[in-house]
Amino acid sequence: MAAPKRLLALAVAAPLLLAACTTDGGSSSEGGGSGGAAADAGDLTFSVVTHGSAGDAFWDVVQNGAENAGEDLGIEVDYQSDGDPQRQAQLIDAAVNQDVDGIVVSLANPDALEESVRAAVEAGIPVITINSGGDRSAEFGAIGHVGQDEAIAGRGAGEQLAESGATNVLCVIHEAGNIGLEQRCSGASEGLGAEVATLQVDINDLPGAQSAIASQLQGNASVDAVLTLNSAVAAVAVEAVADAGSEAQVAAFDLNEDVISGIQAGDIAFAVDQQQYEQGYLPVVMLKLYAENLNTVGGGQPVLTGPGIVDADNVDEIADLASAGTR
Amino acid sequence: MAAPGPLRRLLVKPELGALVGAVVVFAFFAVQSATFRSARGVANWLDPASTLGIMAVAVALLMIGGHFDLSAGVMTGTTALTVGVVATQFRQNLWVAIGVALLVALAIGFLNGWLVTRTGLPSFIITLGTFLMLQGLNLGLTKLFTDTVTVSGIDDAPGYAVAEWIFASRVEILGAELRVAVLWWLLFTALATWVLLRTRFGNWVFATGGDEVAARNVGVPARRTTIALFMTTAAAAWFVGTTLAVRLTSVQANTGIGQELIYIVAAVIGGCLLTGGFGSAVGASLGALIFGMTQLGIPYLRWDADWFYFFLGAMLLLAVVANRLVRRYAEAARR
Repeated sequence: MAAPKRLLALAVAAPLLLAACTTDGGSSSEGGGSGGAAADAGDLTFSVVTHGSAGDAFWDVVQNGAENAGEDLGIEVDYQSDGDPQRQAQLIDAAVNQDVDGIVVSLANPDALEESVRAAVEAGIPVITINSGGDRSAEFGAIGHVGQDEAIAGRGAGEQLAESGATNVLCVIHEAGNIGLEQRCSGASEGLGAEVATLQVDINDLPGAQSAIASQLQGNASVDAVLTLNSAVAAVAVEAVADAGSEAQVAAFDLNEDVISGIQAGDIAFAVDQQQYEQGYLPVVMLKLYAENLNTVGGGQPVLTGPGIVDADNVDEIADLASAGTR
Repeated sequence: MAAPGPLRRLLVKPELGALVGAVVVFAFFAVQSATFRSARGVANWLDPASTLGIMAVAVALLMIGGHFDLSAGVMTGTTALTVGVVATQFRQNLWVAIGVALLVALAIGFLNGWLVTRTGLPSFIITLGTFLMLQGLNLGLTKLFTDTVTVSGIDDAPGYAVAEWIFASRVEILGAELRVAVLWWLLFTALATWVLLRTRFGNWVFATGGDEVAARNVGVPARRTTIALFMTTAAAAWFVGTTLAVRLTSVQANTGIGQELIYIVAAVIGGCLLTGGFGSAVGASLGALIFGMTQLGIPYLRWDADWFYFFLGAMLLLAVVANRLVRRYAEAARR
């Protein structure tokens, strides 16, 4: 009977030993900078907390942007994300507890994050919002917003679709509760000059999304364009169009390798690029400027990173950059 | 035959494995991060532990009674959305909305329990069906009432101030600002433990989970017990859903989906057997505590969040293997 006892002792001791061995690395070094003091870049720590789901290609580029900015400027950047607003709020609280020198947040669900963001601002930590919730950013006390105005981007997409002759557009929303995505669809409707039907899918279940799009196309043969709001969803939309035997053209928001090869192959008509790499890179620069020099960028207006239209004309140059994970 | 010594009696307790696990996980993170063990850090990770813990305790009670509830996660979304829709779309006092949400939850819980006891089908299947239906209803009805997939503006409803005080306020304890959900969690754990170990109903739960036929033969009202247990998980989902709605003031239609497995994992880490008849509410709470510490310990260590699920899976396997070893050792040594 000694064997189970020894096994149990080992199971308990192993993590404790691991903890002891890794103490030197110890991240107990807190930045401890207040916004007013001119801090040395070597001491700065910024936290990026977004609502991206694990493994989402779009947010990986944002993460690359933020981490590259950290490397280029000699700043420690910690990236965390969670799609659930309550857990995202808890991550923001964790960053505040660690006394970081700046926080970058994406406000997909502003109401849910309001308390945590205001607590960060009250603790003297400068906050910059990115990607979503630009209209609530200043209200919460953020010092700037970096993103794409979703309505403007949607309108750009709608106009491009109108130019290519589309009349009945299906807009695929992949993140429940994200007001930015709904703004894109209504913007597209404005740019197109006609009503745009919406379809709700889940970014975490791409095969399910594919069948949902295919069945919509099969059920309604007059749909001649599918507008997706995420590059991963665009890839399955192309498959869905083939599955349904439809003639609809596919347009995408946001780039990834599949979208780029899709444009090169002619499966995807164009992509609206919000250059999310900048949404990771620029806030780090802006927070550094604020920490060292109390500078703000934007003059109270959002710093716009898009829309940039990528189509057959410019796709080849962009292709190389995208495979590096920066576009 | 000598009476079992105190150590043996301790080792047989279902929550011991979870306690050891919680201590190890705490030590692991606390040693490496000063913020993790600070008052603010503790308040931070107690928060996810509390909302998870309230559900884990109820789910543990049900598992001891021999059943699963896969609709528990999505039901927190259903109740939160009900509170939101009734308060904002039907413009009722928030307390009316909370009352309606409770009735809805109890009705769904009753439906689950009634279907399971009537048909004799595995609760896994029945509640899987309920889960899928609720997932669709959450999305469909939200879009029907609000034209979007979020219900917001809950803080504009009359009665919000008192609701906030009860469900979403903060309490200062020993220098840490805890969310009140932590106190509710401790209260529910104590209540569930008392019911399980000190009341006749608790006996019925263990009996029904251990062997339903034998239980019925000795006069245990197994059917009523099962239905009551399903209504308990539904009521817990109502409490957590209301807490979410009041705290966040805005609820997304996909809230809670996927959480049901985590409740079961927390209960299993806490010593509940999948076959029923054995387990503890305190153990489930300790399992939820391990989750909370891990969920926020990883950001405190600045690790990549992708490792979270790997860590959780490893913890689960470690916990169940350890539980099994300890119990086998303790029970064999008694002879």
